[in-house]
Amino acid sequence: MEELKTAISVSGLRKCFQDKEVLKGIDFSVSSGTIYALLGSNGAGKTTAVRILTTLLKADSGKVEIAGYDVGKHPRKVHEIISLTGQFSAVDSVLTGKENLIMMGELHHLSSPEKKACELLKYFGLSEDADKSVSVFSGGMKRKLDIAMSLVGNPKVIFLDEPTTGLDPQSRYSMWNMIRDLNHSGVTVFLTTQYLEEAEQLADIIAILDQGSIIAEGTPEELKAYLPQGVIKLSFQDAENLERAKNLLKTYRMSMESEKRELLVFTDGKADTLAEIFYRLYKNKVSIQDFARLTPDLEDVFLAMIQEKGGESNGSLC
Amino acid sequence: MEAYVRRWKDTAVMAKRCLLCSRRNPDTLLTSIMLPALMMILFVSLFGSLIHIEGVSYVNYIVPGVLLQCIGQCSSVTAVMINKDMTSGIVNRFCTLPIKQSSILNGHILEAFLRSGLTSFVVLLVALLLGVRPSLEIFDLGVLFLLLSVSILAFSYGAAMVGIAANSAEGASACSALMVILPYLSSGFAPAETLPPVMRVFAEYQPMTPVIDTMRNALAGKPLEVSGFIVSLLWCVGLSAVFYMISAALFKRKKEGKKC
Repeated sequence: MEELKTAISVSGLRKCFQDKEVLKGIDFSVSSGTIYALLGSNGAGKTTAVRILTTLLKADSGKVEIAGYDVGKHPRKVHEIISLTGQFSAVDSVLTGKENLIMMGELHHLSSPEKKACELLKYFGLSEDADKSVSVFSGGMKRKLDIAMSLVGNPKVIFLDEPTTGLDPQSRYSMWNMIRDLNHSGVTVFLTTQYLEEAEQLADIIAILDQGSIIAEGTPEELKAYLPQGVIKLSFQDAENLERAKNLLKTYRMSMESEKRELLVFTDGKADTLAEIFYRLYKNKVSIQDFARLTPDLEDVFLAMIQEKGGESNGSLC
Repeated sequence: MEAYVRRWKDTAVMAKRCLLCSRRNPDTLLTSIMLPALMMILFVSLFGSLIHIEGVSYVNYIVPGVLLQCIGQCSSVTAVMINKDMTSGIVNRFCTLPIKQSSILNGHILEAFLRSGLTSFVVLLVALLLGVRPSLEIFDLGVLFLLLSVSILAFSYGAAMVGIAANSAEGASACSALMVILPYLSSGFAPAETLPPVMRVFAEYQPMTPVIDTMRNALAGKPLEVSGFIVSLLWCVGLSAVFYMISAALFKRKKEGKKC
């Protein structure tokens, strides 16, 4: 049963809006039971991709299959498997939390929508507020209800479009736990995010989408491996020490930030190399104020990738 | 067969949702119940003694006009509700459910039908209190009911179309202004012959005039004018069909995120 192992498979997906090419032929596949994160800045094409994957939008070309069903040819089959939680809460704010859930249950033709609603309210810790109008819910509670509503039909694949955008850190953290729990129960999760930390925390596989193309894909560790390891940061008390250190370490690749009096030295990461650097500085009486070994995080990968591509939009950050 | 029952059930669930929403919305209550009652009272007390139309008292004369005007206002609520669904993410959620997409639109129509029915009832009740004594013949009531039903449908589908096409709730609610003005340019509040020439031509040929005239005859217990009755039905059913088809096409476009 090869099909069941692949929850989502996308090949050669293209989409244009008028004359703007939003998706420029993307390919990826998501294994059942994993969390896949599509990471990208605003306007990278994340939402467009989600809209096509969830049958809302027709692709210009390319093939998209959810659990083996083509989204263009069998949308109804796909609807039975997936659920979508969009960027903006899709709840009726004049209804109560429970009413919202019961309505979803009825639309999914469940035999006892009320029972399912109570179950989900309990699971999401909303039981106490079940009969309050959603308009008095906090942003985090609304988001929870939103996700609860998307779980009513027991979907096998869930799509979360920027699930934590606009949430406070605490709500974000509890949302992460919830997504992990969901995944542990066997649900495949496809999420988009603009937060690198979120992708790193949650995803088994991360794809970086930039201006309509996937520029990198892999596990968080694999992506980090793109970056040179063993970057060290030295900071100095004054410009003179900085200048002298720079001259002494000429043999290494460096980058200097004169205002902060910091020097980034790119090494091969070996302890001997570090010892050699410190020895050189010590011998020449250059006093070091502080030292740090930088471990690359996804942010660096992201920026490095975008710069490598010659992207002009976000490159100025570093 | 089973699929058919399902589709009706989905439509009913959607309608139930809209009814719940409109019941909790004070604006809706106001436009659906308070305003129609007030309009009826105002018209009769303000103009009742000023306007004299041969053969009928003014109260009797304006009931069908007020009915259509109130149904029109009622339908503007539907326009706003549909617009909110389209512009918030909720339509995306519904469109990824295993339901027929037409039940989303039809649910709104069903709700509008029930709500406008209530409004019509309120208008008729106030009319009764103001001294209108309509014919209670089964046949006349049947004609009235049928005409009310088809005109509610036409208004609701029209409102749905506006709601889907509009880019904001403000735009959608603007259609209510049109609904309020159009009945004035018909035989609803004054005989069409008394209007200035251009308006008269419009009033004589616009769909509301035959509907209003036929309703008025039915209310007064006068014999049915078959040609007027058929023209009214054709207008309403035809408009409903056209509005429905445009709405469905617009819905598809909007769902894909295009502008109309």
